[in-house]
Amino acid sequence: MTRYRRIQFVTPWAVTLALFLFWEFACWLFNVPSFVLPQPSLIFKTLIQYREQIWHHSMQTLFTTIIGFVLAVLGGLFIGLCVGASRMVYIGLYPLLIGFNSIPKVALVPIIVIWFGIGTIPAIITAFSVAFFPIAVNVATGLATIEPEMRDVLRSLGANQWEILTKVGIPRSTPYLFASLKIAITLAFIGSVISETVASNQGIGYMMLSASSRFEVPLVFAGLIVVGAMGIAMYAVCVIFEKRMTRWAFRGSELLT
Amino acid sequence: MANSALVDMSDVALTYGEGEEAISAVENLNLTIEKGDFVAVVGPSGCGKSSLMKLLTGLLLPTSGEIYVGGQKVTKPVDGVGMAFQNSTLMPWRTTLSNIMLPFEIVEPHKRRLRSYRSEYVAAVERLLSSVGLGNFGQKFPWQLSGGMQQRANLCRALIHEPQLLMLDEPFGALDAFTREELWSVMQNLWLEKRFTAMLVTHDLREAAYLSNTVHVMSRRPGHIIHTKDIDIPRPRTLKTTFEPHFIDIVQSLREQISNEHGL
Repeated sequence: MTRYRRIQFVTPWAVTLALFLFWEFACWLFNVPSFVLPQPSLIFKTLIQYREQIWHHSMQTLFTTIIGFVLAVLGGLFIGLCVGASRMVYIGLYPLLIGFNSIPKVALVPIIVIWFGIGTIPAIITAFSVAFFPIAVNVATGLATIEPEMRDVLRSLGANQWEILTKVGIPRSTPYLFASLKIAITLAFIGSVISETVASNQGIGYMMLSASSRFEVPLVFAGLIVVGAMGIAMYAVCVIFEKRMTRWAFRGSELLT
Repeated sequence: MANSALVDMSDVALTYGEGEEAISAVENLNLTIEKGDFVAVVGPSGCGKSSLMKLLTGLLLPTSGEIYVGGQKVTKPVDGVGMAFQNSTLMPWRTTLSNIMLPFEIVEPHKRRLRSYRSEYVAAVERLLSSVGLGNFGQKFPWQLSGGMQQRANLCRALIHEPQLLMLDEPFGALDAFTREELWSVMQNLWLEKRFTAMLVTHDLREAAYLSNTVHVMSRRPGHIIHTKDIDIPRPRTLKTTFEPHFIDIVQSLREQISNEHGL
C-alpha cells in the first residue's frame, strides 16, 4: 500500500517533468525562436526574474477567482435547488439558463465594464458567470435522481416537501455538488483571466496581454504556467473538501481524483 | 365509515394514463384488514401488488372506489405508515442509528418532543436494534452492513414509530434463501411482541404462509382478490413448520390457485 501510494504521488510529477524535458529538447532540436515558443528553462528563469510582478498579479487573479467561485457556489446551489425541487421552475428557467451559458462570456465583459468600470469587479462577475452553471446543473441532477422509494418512505411518514428536500434532497446531492465544484473552480480561473485580458490593469490576464504586446513571450508563458498551477492547487483543495464531506458516497474507496 | 376494520377497500379501481393508452392496474378490489392482523398478498409480478400498496398508503389515489384507513377516507398520504421495500432505502450518509431515528424527526408527536427527550428516543432505537440482533451496529453506516443486516435495520426504521399500518413490499426479495428464512423468524418475533397491523406483498408463497394469518391471492391485471386463505397454523412457527404436511398443503393449494388464474 505504501509503495502504491508513493508511486501515486511521484507519477504526476514525473510526467510533468518528462513533458518539460521533451519540450526543452524539441525547442533545442528544431531551433525554435523564443518569441514563438520559449523553452521551459527560459520560462522558469523569467518566472524567477519577474517573481514580484508575477506574485502581485497572480494574487489579484486568485482573489477575484475565489470571490467569483464562492458567489458561484451560493448562486449555483440556490438555482440548482430551485430547479431540482420544483418542476415549474425547471420548465420555466432551464431554457434561459442554457441560453445564458451558451453566451461566450468574453462578450459580456464590455457590458460589465460599462456598468462597473474596469478591474476587480468585472473579473469577479465573469468568474461567477462561467462557474455557476455546472454547479446548478449538478445539484439539480442530484435532486432529480432521488430514488422514488426513498421519497415514498418519507411521504408515507407524512413529510412535507421541505422535509423531503432537507432530509433527502440536499444530502443526496452533495456528492454531485462537490463533483461540480472541481469543474467550477477551473472555470472560474478561465472567467477571471478572460476578464483581466479584456478590461483590467492588474491580474495575470492583464500581465500576459501587456507582455505579449511587448513581445516578451517567455513572460506570457510564465503567466500561463502560474494560472495552471493555481488551478491545480485549488482543484486539490476542492478534492480535500469532497473527501471530508462525502465520504459515504465513495464507500471508503481509494479512487478519488 | 363502513365497519370496524382498520383497512377497508371497496370496489377500488386504479388506472394509469389516459385515453387509449390507459392501463388498468387494479379493478373491483375489495379488501379488509383487521387491527393487529398480519395479511399477505401474493401473485406474480405485474399483477398490481405494488399499486395496492401505494393505494393503501395514499401515495396514489384510486380512480374510483373508496379506501378507509383507521376510519378515515384516504385522500392524501396516510400519516404514520411504516414502509419497507425490497432495496433497503437506508440513507448512506446517516449511521444506522440515525437512519432509524428518521421517523421521529418527521412524525408527530415525536417531532416536537425529539429535542427534549433525545436520549429516550435513542434508547428506544437501540432496544429495537438489539431485538433484531443489531445491538452493536448502530454507529455503523448502512453500506458497512451486509444485505440481511441492512434489511433488519430497514424493518426497524419502518417499525420504530409504532405505525398503525406496516407495509412490506417484498422486503426479503433481494436476499439469499438462508438470510430470508432467518428474517422471517425475526419478523414473526417482532409481530408477536408488538402486534402491529401489517400487510406483506410478496411472490414467495412459503414466505406468505409462514408470516401471515391470511393470504390473499391476486388475479392477473387488472388486479383483484380471487382467493383468500386463512393460515391456521399455530405460532410461533419455525422453519420446521415449513416442512410439515399441513404447511406444504397450504402452499400447494395457493400455488394451484395462482396456476389456474395465471396459467403458470
